[in-house]
Amino acid sequence: MSHFMSVLGLWMSVFFTFSIFSFLYKDNPFYKLAEQIFVGLSAAYWLVYLFYSIMLPNLFTKLISDFRGNIILLIPAVLGLMMLMRIIPKTQWLSRFPIAIMIGTSAGISMVRYAKSDLLSQISATMINPFAGETTSIVIGNFLLIIGTICGVYYFYFSKKQEGISAVPSKIGIWFLMISFGASFGYTVMARVSLLIGRLEFLLKDWLHIIN
Amino acid sequence: MSVVNSSQTERRIVFLILLVAVALPLIFPIGWKTGVTNYTKMVWELVESTPDSSVVIFSFDYDPSTMTELQPMAEAMLDHAFSRHQKVLVTALWPQGMQMADQAIKVVKAYHPDITYGQDYVFMGYKVAGIVAIQAMGKDMEQVFPADQSGTKYKDIPMLREVKTLKDVAYVNSLSSGTPGIKEWVMAARDVYHTPVTGGTTAVSAPGLIPYVNSQKQLYGLLGGLKAASEYETLINRVGSATVKMDAQSVAHLLILLFIAAGNIKALRARKRRAS
Repeated sequence: MSHFMSVLGLWMSVFFTFSIFSFLYKDNPFYKLAEQIFVGLSAAYWLVYLFYSIMLPNLFTKLISDFRGNIILLIPAVLGLMMLMRIIPKTQWLSRFPIAIMIGTSAGISMVRYAKSDLLSQISATMINPFAGETTSIVIGNFLLIIGTICGVYYFYFSKKQEGISAVPSKIGIWFLMISFGASFGYTVMARVSLLIGRLEFLLKDWLHIIN
Repeated sequence: MSVVNSSQTERRIVFLILLVAVALPLIFPIGWKTGVTNYTKMVWELVESTPDSSVVIFSFDYDPSTMTELQPMAEAMLDHAFSRHQKVLVTALWPQGMQMADQAIKVVKAYHPDITYGQDYVFMGYKVAGIVAIQAMGKDMEQVFPADQSGTKYKDIPMLREVKTLKDVAYVNSLSSGTPGIKEWVMAARDVYHTPVTGGTTAVSAPGLIPYVNSQKQLYGLLGGLKAASEYETLINRVGSATVKMDAQSVAHLLILLFIAAGNIKALRARKRRAS
């Protein structure tokens, strides 16, 4: 029985892979079927998975085993229920309270962490002695880092019209920005090709057994 | 209308050629060598220089959608860590991360049949709340991980007896394809508790994380995409799945460059024709 199920699963994977790839030719019913089954299955899978991996061990099991010791858990439980009140139009105003608490808490936690990691540490990382590198390429890299950061930030300085000599750093900045966008695009192409390789590997290895 | 049809046909031809170009090197490997970049070497050096018997965290912050890129990294890095006799605490900030970890450990066990659960590695399960969970690890690991996946209590796991907080961990390795992932580990583990953080990510996410590899050592190197995974396999002298797939990746890149050149030549000709 388990062998039959694994073979069935394999053939279904192959069918859905080809159905999704068929969109490259044109939109068609096979693609639509695969797309909608994927969305439906994902929603159902996550609902069940999150219930068993989060709700059950963190809330229900604890409340059932030791209600008095975990009575504080009723607060997130009630907030969760209030969030679900959005489903009913008359009571959807109740969901604003848990949303406000979530946004407030997230902002409070993130503000400090982002200020430290994305602002202060990043500024410190740019304040380096460019000549401190061991090799010529590191020294050049240090100069590029400093010039690129200053000119890139300057490009977004809009309080004064950039013309004449004051437009030069801005023009250098846009070159750095364009090169970084190009590098990001290159990385994106690599990622997408990797996904294609993953699917082809599945078809050639698991389905057709052409490769080991 | 005919122009639209012609461009659609061209598009399909491009897809078909790309499909064949990627499939052929998978069937008939070329064996091209991959040069090792500094970011990959930094990751390798961190693992290599960490003393034997150190407890390290491997966080599997991805799911099957990105396993083509991240699974080879996970296998290569686990292989390296076990060869250095490091004790691996496996966790995940993504719900399906533990399944990825389980698969990776099964593959690596073929190279290290002696590793024992509880002594050399332990599955501590998926943790919700991302950065909040990491911050809590900095105060008390046992509070975040009261028991492993099979229900064994934290204090009864031999390899974790000396590990009270994140500061007792030699380094954190996050294999991440989004949020929560490497960034959260950098923000909470590195920048608050000064635990070294390294990791690997998908090629799409790499440019956004590279700025953390800086003079402040917020991140000790970074593996970005399949190429970096193949570089890591080169460093540990292993022909893994990333090395095999890099032939297909390289051929696809060459082909895309040719298409870009051909497209530009065609566009220039069309512009000249219109002008004349």
